[in-house]
Amino acid sequence: MVAPVAPVPTAAGDRPAPGRGPARRAWLEWLVVVPFLAYVGTFLLYPTALVLAGAFQDARGGFTLDNLVELTRGAYLQAFLRSVELSALTALLGAVLGALLSWAVAAGRPGGALRRVVVAGSGVLAQFGGVPLAFAFLATIGFQGLVTRFLREHLGVDLFAGGAWLFELPGLTLVYTFFQIPLMVIVFLPALDGLRPQWREAVEGLGGSSWTYWRHVGGPVLLPAFLGALLLLFANAFSAYATAAALVSQGSPIVPLQIRGFLTGEVLLGRENLGKALGLGMVVVVAVAMGLYAVVQRRFARWR
Amino acid sequence: MALTRRGVLRTVVLLVLGAYFLVPLLAMLEFSTRGANGTRDLAAWSGIVDDPDLVEAILVSVQLAATSSLLVLVLLVPTMTWVRLRLPRLRRLVEFLCLLPVAIPAIVLVVGMAPLYAWVDYFLGDSPLTLTFAYAVLVLPFAYRAIDSGLAAIDLATLAEAARGLGASWGAVLLRVVVPNIRTALLGAALLSVALVLGEFTIASLLNFDTLQVRVNLIGKRDAGVSIAVSLLSLLFAFALLFLLSFAGGRRGAADGEG
Repeated sequence: MVAPVAPVPTAAGDRPAPGRGPARRAWLEWLVVVPFLAYVGTFLLYPTALVLAGAFQDARGGFTLDNLVELTRGAYLQAFLRSVELSALTALLGAVLGALLSWAVAAGRPGGALRRVVVAGSGVLAQFGGVPLAFAFLATIGFQGLVTRFLREHLGVDLFAGGAWLFELPGLTLVYTFFQIPLMVIVFLPALDGLRPQWREAVEGLGGSSWTYWRHVGGPVLLPAFLGALLLLFANAFSAYATAAALVSQGSPIVPLQIRGFLTGEVLLGRENLGKALGLGMVVVVAVAMGLYAVVQRRFARWR
Repeated sequence: MALTRRGVLRTVVLLVLGAYFLVPLLAMLEFSTRGANGTRDLAAWSGIVDDPDLVEAILVSVQLAATSSLLVLVLLVPTMTWVRLRLPRLRRLVEFLCLLPVAIPAIVLVVGMAPLYAWVDYFLGDSPLTLTFAYAVLVLPFAYRAIDSGLAAIDLATLAEAARGLGASWGAVLLRVVVPNIRTALLGAALLSVALVLGEFTIASLLNFDTLQVRVNLIGKRDAGVSIAVSLLSLLFAFALLFLLSFAGGRRGAADGEG
């Protein structure tokens, strides 16, 4: 708790009407947070409420569950399943490879150049890549990409013998790991920094091997952080839109791209609220992942 | 130094993952400098400045980056300071609201913002700078975390009490005591916001505003070379911003150690 700061008596500040003073000042105190609340209410809560309410409305604004029932069928259900599959797979890949990279970086000097470069680079790729990542992969393994041409001209391997996979689910999986690994580095590196060198020395002093250390000390200590990061990566991939939108222009294999169809008017009129139901579905999946993340985080905080 | 098994494994991890991340960047450089018949030229790079629409879109994004970081700082710094000092009961609520955008995918937010922006257009015109409102929502969690750790690192109550005791107004406390003391955190919040806005695509493209990434995506459909050159440029620029940020954070750490 913060002690209230004594008001400074000045000519202007000394005139609250007796009896109404404290109430009036309490009201003024709340006034300071009004701009923030008004802004968040307008540009965050209102649009969110619009999506959540719209999911339960028919074309005339009446209450209905039809939109949600529709999600459990056909193309929409398929898209949800594929989105979950893509997110889970890339979260797992990203978490394991990102943990390895974090470990390799954490073993270096704390303020060293390697660490600065990896952390800054991870920030860029994890959070701000979006469209540029799609183009990075076109330049690398697109039809005329550097690696595609190298393999074709020097090794006689055709990357696209199996079809245009880069623009479909396998391509998305590969490109998504490109921002999942960096996100893992960002969230997992601090946890690795929490490992004390003395613990390893203690294990070695007692005759334990590197395996003993990871099996009985490092692993269990890092497990909550690893699981938390896994959930965060899942939510991250599930929410991602820009990279997929820039890469996949035909069809809508995953939920975010299906929502694009509703916003760009490629879908039948009068079914706009189905797009909102898809939005509600995404919010529920992400909220469950983030809720579990919060639970794991709290447990982790207790362990420290 | 002996080559331990651990050292070897570390080197292998760094080399393999380093290549995984560097090859696409090199490929972008190679692709964007391809000329006719296997020659090298910089046509794609000079194509960036020759395209007036692209230059316009870059300027829009730069302006948006500035206005969005400014808006989020102007909204958050007084609110978070005041809540810490006078309304601690509101702290949970403000934190929840600021972190909420993490749980709402941008693609979902844009569904709800589309009708809202019909009103924004009506009142403020359809300038792309109105995206500032949407972008300040996106950067809210990042800015909140940066400013919160900045405020946690100083003894806000004592500083404010001392300034008030010496006759400073609340405005002066904010601008001349709080802001200078958390300037590294503010710089961090601003740099993160700038990088995020320069890379944003989802909201701009679906609300039909012509920003840098929207234009890059559009150009990519007819001239991959130019869009790959701009992509590389924007990645490197964001990298430079975040690299600078790592030094700013380091300096604060050093200063704290001396104190």
